[in-house]
Amino acid sequence: MSDITKQSLSELVENIKSKKLSSSEVTKAFVERSENSKELNAYITEDYANALNKAKKFDEKPNLDLKLPGIPMAVKDLFCTRDLRTTAGSKILNNFVPTYESTVTQNIWNEGAILMGKLNCDEFAMGSSNETSFFGNVQNPIDNNLVPGGSSGGSSSAVAAQLTPITIGTDTGGSIRQPASFTGTVGLKPTYGSCSRYGIVAFASSLDQAGPMAQNVKDCALLQEVISTYDEKDSTSIDFKRNEYSKELTKDIKGKKIGIPKEYRVDGMPKEIEDLWKKGIEYAKDCGAEIIDISLPHTNYALPTYYIVAPAEASSNLARYDGVKYGFRAEGENLIDMYEKTRSQGFGAEVQRRIMIGTYVLSSGYYDAYYLKAQKVRKLIKNDFDDAYKKVDAILTPSTPSSAFKIGEKTNDPVSMYLNDIFTVPVNLAGLPGISIPAGHDAKGYPLGLQIIGKAFDEQNILNIAYAMEEKINFKNNITDWWIK
Amino acid sequence: MSIDLKTIKHISKLSRISVDEKKAEKLAVDLNSIFDFIEKLNELKTDNVEPLTSVAETTLKLRSDEVKSKNLRDQVIKNSPKENEDYFVVPKVIE
Repeated sequence: MSDITKQSLSELVENIKSKKLSSSEVTKAFVERSENSKELNAYITEDYANALNKAKKFDEKPNLDLKLPGIPMAVKDLFCTRDLRTTAGSKILNNFVPTYESTVTQNIWNEGAILMGKLNCDEFAMGSSNETSFFGNVQNPIDNNLVPGGSSGGSSSAVAAQLTPITIGTDTGGSIRQPASFTGTVGLKPTYGSCSRYGIVAFASSLDQAGPMAQNVKDCALLQEVISTYDEKDSTSIDFKRNEYSKELTKDIKGKKIGIPKEYRVDGMPKEIEDLWKKGIEYAKDCGAEIIDISLPHTNYALPTYYIVAPAEASSNLARYDGVKYGFRAEGENLIDMYEKTRSQGFGAEVQRRIMIGTYVLSSGYYDAYYLKAQKVRKLIKNDFDDAYKKVDAILTPSTPSSAFKIGEKTNDPVSMYLNDIFTVPVNLAGLPGISIPAGHDAKGYPLGLQIIGKAFDEQNILNIAYAMEEKINFKNNITDWWIK
Repeated sequence: MSIDLKTIKHISKLSRISVDEKKAEKLAVDLNSIFDFIEKLNELKTDNVEPLTSVAETTLKLRSDEVKSKNLRDQVIKNSPKENEDYFVVPKVIE
């Protein structure tokens, strides 16, 4: 089969289970395509030789009862992988080789998947365009010189370009859903507490969640089923009954009540996004859903709240990078000098900026005015969703206020970059699940996504709505392989 | 509100990130534009609102206090930038 990399995850699993394909054939195909796609800069660390060996071993004694039998997979470089360098896109972790495995990746390998390498991302997941990575920009396979979104930009690029059948990202304020929207792929941010944070390089602990990034909703459901487990190693992991998301997936969403929040009609939103949203509403109706107008009155306060809460938690989490225990060290005249030089040289500009914001809002005299205030507004934002869910089962919004932009277009204005996450950030603040599905193209032919937001722990419902709408939308990505010479 | 260079120097000291004059000036511009944006929260009255510290409405689980992993010294030391047998090494602290 010459078109192995064009197959979806579900097709590959089926073909390996029915012995039409071996893990070695599949792994070789994705490794070759990845090697021919260096121009995209989607990988930070490649592990192809090991992957091919593991595939060979799998084929010698294949366990075809597993959910991801012999499937090769590259993952975002924010997940600690035992004995394989994990950088979080930062110079400060350039040489860090974990001695342990993250729970989410361990769950994936337990189901038979094979690690191919680590994918590029914004430094410590702080960014919306993958331009803050120490390892350089990532190209969006949709068009030359276009950002793939961020922070899971290597992941979105790799899935859209079919360098990996599926992948995982992390989402603190939109880092799965925004890049999925920019690349015409599907990305799910699960409920906070659904996927273990153990072994994921921490950014903002009350917001961070891992989730699948896929070519279609069914693949996404399958990976979610694998990665979502209760884990006692994460004290915020929640012990709830998890569905078999892929098995229980259904297109029957008749009578589901879907809310349309009027506050998401933001000033200056391009008409293309407004039109996409209207189209989405029609698709949802065609699927038998009932559309209900709702209000989330504090939506406009979500981004300012996020830019207090996330940097505050980041400044605390990133205090551990001191040049002593692991990572990069700059020599100094004394201990303090060493700390200051290590952190000044080891962190990039955006990370330093956020540590400074976080330190300031937590500092003596400012805590009440900023951090406490933000926690109170966060409560109001969560209350908005709680009220809305008395009337509806899910909420439909655009994923992003625009399509992908050019590399370098927004790097000089942090606030305009932050506005990218205006529709995704409220979901993290409220701890809810959200999925972005590709739903159309803008005039330039770039993909646009729609977001479906669910109640806490109701991943199955938003996956079902996404699955039903996906069929009606019938989206096709226009990828020309322009980067392959 | 305006964050001046003196404040930037103070935050940089608290953050243990050294900044020179040029970097401090750039940071002042960036932080001021970000804080202008954050100030929007002051439009809201929140006197009687409970702060949200965690979205997970569960209490922490208790577990028995037992050792589950041991002999991790080599793993713990493995990534240290400067290694000396069993210890992490830092510049001299006590004269």
